[in-house]
Amino acid sequence: MSGKIFYAAAGMGRKVKATALVASDGFSARYDLDRIRGVFSRPEHKLAGESYRGRVLVLDAAKGGVATAWMLHEMSARGIMPAALVLNRANPIMVQGAALADFTMISGFDLDITKAIPNGAEVEVDPTAARPFIRVA
Amino acid sequence: MKLTDEETAMRAGKFGPLRQWAIEHQIKVGTYLGADDFVAVGQAHIMADTESLGAAGVEWLEQWAALPVEQRQVRIPTITDPRGTDFAHAARLKQQPWMLDLERRAIAAFEALGVLMTDTCINYQTIMPPVRGEHMAYGDTGVVIYSNSACGARSNFEGGPSALSAGLTGRTPRYGFHLDETRQATFLVETAFTPRDLSDWGALGGIVGRLAGDYSQVPALIGLDRVPQSDEMKHFGAALASFGSVALFHMAGITPEAMRIDDVVPSGVTLRTHEIGESDLRALQARYAQDIGAVDVVVFSAPQLSLVEMQSLAAMLDGRYADIPLFAVTSPQVKPDADRMGLTARIEAAGGTVLSGMCFYQSYAREMAEANGWRSLATNSAKLTNILGGYGYRPVLLSMEQCVAAACAGGKLR
Repeated sequence: MSGKIFYAAAGMGRKVKATALVASDGFSARYDLDRIRGVFSRPEHKLAGESYRGRVLVLDAAKGGVATAWMLHEMSARGIMPAALVLNRANPIMVQGAALADFTMISGFDLDITKAIPNGAEVEVDPTAARPFIRVA
Repeated sequence: MKLTDEETAMRAGKFGPLRQWAIEHQIKVGTYLGADDFVAVGQAHIMADTESLGAAGVEWLEQWAALPVEQRQVRIPTITDPRGTDFAHAARLKQQPWMLDLERRAIAAFEALGVLMTDTCINYQTIMPPVRGEHMAYGDTGVVIYSNSACGARSNFEGGPSALSAGLTGRTPRYGFHLDETRQATFLVETAFTPRDLSDWGALGGIVGRLAGDYSQVPALIGLDRVPQSDEMKHFGAALASFGSVALFHMAGITPEAMRIDDVVPSGVTLRTHEIGESDLRALQARYAQDIGAVDVVVFSAPQLSLVEMQSLAAMLDGRYADIPLFAVTSPQVKPDADRMGLTARIEAAGGTVLSGMCFYQSYAREMAEANGWRSLATNSAKLTNILGGYGYRPVLLSMEQCVAAACAGGKLR
């Protein structure tokens, strides 16, 4: 698995390296997170109770409402936020939120990225490359 | 993205730094999502409660609000989603002074930007409904899905920063549901059961939302035995958007783009088809009700109540008394009518509290739960049940009548 690279359809933000937190589940900052404690708080979420601080979140699809467009900026200002978001399928809200917060996000793969990246792997995410990618270190 | 001369000038800062930031933000978003150019929009609608904004977001707004008037004001009618409080009842909700201070500062900043503080998520019922084919930049997923589906308007989910940008530039990147090709159905739902109750419409929306899975999906419903009323469509759409991140649905023979199902089904394509019956709705409701014998609070919100819902609630409460907190959340446009017609007085005489201009889940729901000792909550909003689990509540989805009965029985569920 080491060195394996997966290309995304689109990306924004900066290059980051961090530990992956992976689940076949959705993502919404309002619905799923306790943003004060920095943990997934929705009981039904597969990452319930897990800290997301400084992790590269590898998840299936953007979910929920529009609040994430502000919340990524607010989380960034307090320094309790993921290192990056890697999604099979983004929605406009995640893109808008990442744009405001200057947050690293890539999305759109030709396979299920939540199956391809092992939970806990060290990964590199580069949205600045000609073809944005995530690589297992 | 292709830019007009005016857009190029905005990007170069000829219209000031705020419009420059706005169009740069829109270009970044549009490029990511594959937009070729911009489309002019008729209205913008901004979701910006201060729980989402935080202090950082309010400060960010205030820096722009300090610009000269000609550089800071929106160009098109720009309205707001519910705020994070009803100042008249903040003490009842045990909201903290710092929350109210942030709200006041955010409101002052938006007013300086020329935004109309409508504070509503039912603007399609009360302010200025969009018309078919009209391009919009709406925030609040419930507003977007209703406008796209029931009205035939064209909007993506526009979060607060992007809706504000659209207000400032008068346009939005042309991607997603502004395009003909993305408005076609991607799967079919055959409904053997047409709901009669608002909570059932929400449950149906939740089930379809789970089947959808992501923003690109457009369900088309077949088999409904009548045209849903506006409030029914409202609860269905709000739940569908909440559970599934879905922005558009069709109902065969009902919604304007699907007068014939063939109008929204691509020719020569076989779509996946799901069947939903009443047992599926009951299963969804039962999942929320597991092991909950009583609730601490009853909330009618998400979306805000229409005048008709306020009337229904007042009638159900007549001659009864809620001995646990019962909140009915409506818009600042409906509230004066409810006051004038005596509906507010009837609800409050029965122990309820009518809140205006806010929405329960956008009002520091976690802090309210901790301050008031609220753990379990009954509501007739499927959307609210979907959201509040993450805020530490145990929500139960019931009909309005069942919620009222629980409130008048000390919270006990039958």
